[in-house]
Amino acid sequence: MKDFKQLAIGAAVALGVGLTGVMAPVAQAQDSNYVPLLTYRTGPYAGSGIHIANGMHDYLKMLNERDGGIGGVKLELEECETGYNAQKGVECYEATKGKGALVYNPYSTGITLQLIPKASVDKIPVLSMGYGLSAAADGNVFPWVFNVPDTYWDGASVVIKYIGEQEGGLENLKGKKIGYIFLDAGYGREPIPLLEQLAEKYGFELLQYAVPGAEMQNQSSQWLNVRRDRPDYMVMWGWGAMNPTAIKEAVKIRFPMDKFIGVWWSAGDDDAAAGGEGAKGYKAMNFSGVGSDFPALADIQKHVIDAGLSSTDAASVGGTLYNRGVLNSVIIAEGIRTAQELTGKKVITGEDMRMGLEALDLDEARLEELGLKGFAHPMKVTCEDHAGSHPVFIQQWNGEKWQQASDWIEPMTDLVRPLLEAAAKEYAEKNAPWPARTEPCPN
Amino acid sequence: MLYDIFIDPFVQMYDMPDFFLQVLWEGFVAGILYALIALGFVLIFKASGVFNFAQGIMVVFAGLTLVGFHENGVPAYMALVLTVIVMGILAYGVERIVMRPLVNQPEIILLMATIGLTYFLVGFGEFVFGGEPKQMITEELGLPTGSTAFEIGERGLIILQHIDIAAAVIAVIMVTALGIFFNKTRIGRALRAVADDHQAALSVGISLNQIWAIVWFAAGLVALATGIMWGARSDVSFALEIVAFKALPVLILGGFTSIPGAIVGGLIIGFGEKIGELYWGGLVGGGIESWLAYIIALVFLLFRPQGLFGERIIERI
Repeated sequence: MKDFKQLAIGAAVALGVGLTGVMAPVAQAQDSNYVPLLTYRTGPYAGSGIHIANGMHDYLKMLNERDGGIGGVKLELEECETGYNAQKGVECYEATKGKGALVYNPYSTGITLQLIPKASVDKIPVLSMGYGLSAAADGNVFPWVFNVPDTYWDGASVVIKYIGEQEGGLENLKGKKIGYIFLDAGYGREPIPLLEQLAEKYGFELLQYAVPGAEMQNQSSQWLNVRRDRPDYMVMWGWGAMNPTAIKEAVKIRFPMDKFIGVWWSAGDDDAAAGGEGAKGYKAMNFSGVGSDFPALADIQKHVIDAGLSSTDAASVGGTLYNRGVLNSVIIAEGIRTAQELTGKKVITGEDMRMGLEALDLDEARLEELGLKGFAHPMKVTCEDHAGSHPVFIQQWNGEKWQQASDWIEPMTDLVRPLLEAAAKEYAEKNAPWPARTEPCPN
Repeated sequence: MLYDIFIDPFVQMYDMPDFFLQVLWEGFVAGILYALIALGFVLIFKASGVFNFAQGIMVVFAGLTLVGFHENGVPAYMALVLTVIVMGILAYGVERIVMRPLVNQPEIILLMATIGLTYFLVGFGEFVFGGEPKQMITEELGLPTGSTAFEIGERGLIILQHIDIAAAVIAVIMVTALGIFFNKTRIGRALRAVADDHQAALSVGISLNQIWAIVWFAAGLVALATGIMWGARSDVSFALEIVAFKALPVLILGGFTSIPGAIVGGLIIGFGEKIGELYWGGLVGGGIESWLAYIIALVFLLFRPQGLFGERIIERI
C-alpha cells in the first residue's frame, strides 16, 4: 500500500514535472544562470549515469546554497533524462535550449555527435568533458565544442605509453598483443583510429573485441576469444552494465587483472567491486580525485546531502564517477565565473559561456581556493586547443577501493595533435559547408 | 578463403581440444540460460496465444525484488519467499487488470497489452528500486561460486564456473517439474484446452481466469530463476531486459508452444552461436553471434515452419 501511495505520488510528480518541462514558457528568471543537465538515471547505463548526475548536480547545488550561486547570481538547474539515447538527448536539447541554456553536457558521445552541428547555430557551447569527438579539440574548427581535459585519443596514447613503461619502454611493445574490448557505439569506436596508428608505429598487434549494446551482459564469446588470443594486455572502453560484466568475465577466464586497463569511464567503484576478490589489481585511467577528503566535497555533504537537497547516497560521495561529475561541474562553474569576469555581466548567455570556457585556466592556486587541491591536474584551455591534452594517472583496485598507481602521465601530444587536426579538417570537409571560425579569441 | 571456411576451424578444434571443450561448455550454459528465458515465453503463449513482451522485464523485476528485500535486511531465503509472493501478486494483478478485460480480443490486442505492461514494470521497477545495477545475492542463497579447473595435457585447461553448473541443474529441475505439472495434472490439461480455444474451454467449465493467473505465476517463477542465474553472471540491471530477447530465435526454432522445444532450441542456439562466433566469426570481423542465432533459426524454419516441436497449423479456408 505504501508502495502504491508512493507510486501515485511519484506519478503525479512525474506528470507535473513532465508537463512543466514540455509546457513551461521559455522565459527564465533574469536573475539566474540556467544550466540544463542532460543525465540518465534510468535504463541500461544508469549504473554509471546516476553517479555522474549526482556529482554534477550536487556541486552546482552546493554553490547555490553556500555562495548564493556564482558571482552573486543563482544557478537554475534542470535535469533532463536522456537514457543515454541520442534521440532523447536531442529532444532534451530542443526542449531546453530556448530557456537561456548556457552549456550542454551530453554525457554520451552519440548525443555529442548530434549536438556538435547545432552548437554554432544556436550559439550554445557543448562541453564533452573527456568524451565525444576527439577532433573537436581543434578550437579553430570547433569553436563551440570543448573536451577538456582530454580526448579519447589522449587517453588511448596514455594507456599505450603506460603499457610501454610496464614493458620497459615503448620499443618493447614490438611483437606484443594488446586487446581492445569496447562498447560497439560511437564512444567505443572513437579511439580505434589512434590505436591502429600506434600499433603500426610501435609494432604491436591490436586485437579488437566489440561488445554490442544489447550484449553488454552477455560477453562470454568476447572473453573466450580473449582466452584463445592470449593478449599481453587488455584495454577497455566500456560504460554502464558493460564494465562490471567485462571485469567478471576477465576474472572468470583468469586474465591477469594488473594487465587489464580501463578508460576513465570504466573506473567506477561498482564496476570493479562486481568482480569480487578476483578483480583485485584491475586498473583504470583517471583524471579526477580519488576519495572524499576534499573541503569542497565536505561542503557538498554539509550544504546539500545533509540538508536533504540531493538524492545522493552519502556513501557514494568520493566514488570515482561521482567525483567525475563534480569535476564536470567545476569546469562549468569556472567557465561561468570566467565569462562573468570577461564580460562584466552577471547573467550571461551561451556566447559568453563559450568565451569563458575558452579562457578557462584552472591552476593549482584556483583548485586550492575551490577546496579541491589535488583533485585534478591543473587545466587550461586555449583557442586552438579545447582539450589541452592534460596528464592522466592510473588507479588500481585493491579489492575494496581505488588507489593511485602511477604518477601523472602526459599524453603523446606530439603524435596525437597532428592527427586531431587532420581529423578535424576531414570532419569539416565531410560536413561542408562547415562554418569557418569567426568568434574572437578571448585570450 | 575456402580453407579458412571449411578446413581451418576444424584444425583449430583439433589443435586446441581444451578450448573447443570450453566453447562447448559455454555454448551449453548459454543454451540453458536462453532456454530458461524462452520457457517463460512458452508458458504464456500456451495459455493465451500471445507473445508476452513483458517476459524480459519480469526477469529484471523478479531479480531486483529479491535483491531489494535482502538489501532491506530480509534474510536471503525469506527474501526469496517474499519475491515468490510478489510474483504471485503480480500474476494475479495481470490476470485481473490486464488479461480478464481482454478475453476473446484479437491476439494483437493482448500483445499490445503486454507491451504496456513492460513499460509499466520498467517505470515501477525504477521508481521502487532505482536505476542502479545490483549484485545478486548468490552466496547468501547458498548457490555455489568459484570455479573448478581441469588441466588437459601440458597447456590445456577447462574452467567450469560452479554457478553455471547450478544453472544447468536448476533448469533441468524446472523443466521436469513444469513438464509433470502441465502433462500430468488436471490444471495442466485445462491449460492445454485453454490454449486451443478460449470459448470452448469456457463452455466446458474451465476457469480461464484461474488458468491465466496460474500460468502468469509459473512464468513469474521462471523469470525469478532466470533473474538469479543471469544476475549471478553479471549484475541485475535493466540491461538484462534486452538480453531476454535472445530467446526469440530459440522460440522460432523450438516452437512457441513446446517446453521441450524451448530446451532443445536453446541448446542449439547456444552451441551454434558460440561455435559460429569463435571459429567462423573472425572471418567477418567478429560480433556475429547476435544475428547468427536468427540465421540458425531461419534455416530450421525452411524445413519446419512451425519450429522443431511446434504444432502444425492447418487452417481451413
